[in-house]
Amino acid sequence: MIDKQAIGRMLTAMAEEMHTARHELTELDNAIGDGDHGTNMDRGFQAVMKQLPKLLEQDDVGAILHNAGMTLMNTIGGSAGPVYGTLFMWAGMTCRGASEIDAQVFAGALESGAYGVAEIGGAHEGDKTMLDALFPACRALKESLQKGEAFPEALAAAVQAAGMGVEYTKLIVANRGRASYIGERSLGHQDPGATSMMLLLRAAQRTLA
Amino acid sequence: MKKFINELDNIEAEMVRGLVRSKAHMLRQLPDSNVVVRTQKKRERVAVLFGCGSGHEPAPCGYVGYGMLDAAVPGSIFSSPTPDQILKGIREVASESGVLCILVNYTGDVLNFRMAIQMAQMEGIAVDSVVVADDVASDTGKATGRRGLAGAILINKIAGAEAEMGVGLYEVKETAEWATAGLRTIGVASSPCIVPEEGKPSFELRDNEMEVGMGLHGEPGVMRAPMRSAEATARDMLDRLLADYKYKGCEVVVLINGLGGTPVMELYIINDFVSRYLAEHDVEVYDTMIGNYMTSMEMKGFSISLMRVDPHLKALYDAPARTAALCR
Repeated sequence: MIDKQAIGRMLTAMAEEMHTARHELTELDNAIGDGDHGTNMDRGFQAVMKQLPKLLEQDDVGAILHNAGMTLMNTIGGSAGPVYGTLFMWAGMTCRGASEIDAQVFAGALESGAYGVAEIGGAHEGDKTMLDALFPACRALKESLQKGEAFPEALAAAVQAAGMGVEYTKLIVANRGRASYIGERSLGHQDPGATSMMLLLRAAQRTLA
Repeated sequence: MKKFINELDNIEAEMVRGLVRSKAHMLRQLPDSNVVVRTQKKRERVAVLFGCGSGHEPAPCGYVGYGMLDAAVPGSIFSSPTPDQILKGIREVASESGVLCILVNYTGDVLNFRMAIQMAQMEGIAVDSVVVADDVASDTGKATGRRGLAGAILINKIAGAEAEMGVGLYEVKETAEWATAGLRTIGVASSPCIVPEEGKPSFELRDNEMEVGMGLHGEPGVMRAPMRSAEATARDMLDRLLADYKYKGCEVVVLINGLGGTPVMELYIINDFVSRYLAEHDVEVYDTMIGNYMTSMEMKGFSISLMRVDPHLKALYDAPARTAALCR
């Protein structure tokens, strides 16, 4: 079961992951965007870290995720702010009121977050966005759990699927976001948003499995 | 990196404070925020708000004042303002008459404004928005549409003047959209800028190269070309503008906008050719603005905007304005 302590560990690991990867993410963004993705993600998750002790005063896992999402939305900036904010806010709404959630609910929350992101951004899979990592991860997570595999295996499958999604973004042309302005020139470049999404899932795997 | 700054984290706050203190009688900064509003809140008029990333000074805060903006919401450097800040600005200037938000068409700006506007509407505030997408170098066929460039300043002027007349939110929006429909911009950059947090240029250009169609934040443009003369560069840019909209036979306002690192001398040289070339192509210039109106820090380069004007737009363009960066 995932309780508030587990969520706290997950958010902490995510913040560490974003801090470590900030230069890499920025390099990726420089190639096809405006080169601020790493800094922005790092700033957002550092803001969540500052709030974490206060967030963990409540037991409601959904409320913690929702509040973390609000903070991300207002601190990341750029398009990643509303995108990642929405992911956590929608995920949080799915499990509002629960003091602990199981693997199934976690998978459902993640999927609901993914649909929230698609809704606010108007993007689909194949547009070269973070959804190219997130949707495959959601599917892998759900399928693995349906097959009766344990949560750690399911999370590993999700991270692997996200990683393949990241690789896939190198083969496609951006259709959304700033990278879309350079059209064909975005071919061959790995999408920074898909990359940060995969890294966040990896942090979740490390702490929840 | 050679910049006259202090702590990296304080750049935006110190910049906004510096501006507000230079015009303390007309500008006010909201507490714990970089949102700038007029000291005297407008009465029974539609409020106009513009937001964009920092690094484009004097945009957005330099355009707050009589005849233009009621509120400006700057984000961090080259990053859209966040929904909470936009909402703060909307709430502060909101009245029964409503609020018109102007934004430039970048995914981040569109998403952040969309969230803020939804929240404001849920609070019962009448809010609408106009998205400026004037960059002919980016494709209209894309789902995201064209990027917004310096033409946004002309839209701030037009919308601000129209709001000052006391017409309704719908009319202000309609006029701003009418102006936007005849507005086209193209930019060129010859050397990059450095985002302070990164400490190094966001893209590389060789000494003999320039980037045609550069976005406002150093995003790659549509074409790398060898560095050319003012005349050859401007001719190519004007050809693209004239091919994109039927300016022939129209009256236009021209904006030659410096990106921050290009001397005004060069902008004048460019306009020497621009005015001549437009006359040759049967485009009548009503007025030309030349200067650094929407910059990209120390980036070298400039943009040319053409806005088709009719008698109504000309009157709004000429209407009085008292802001830090633009006076009429």
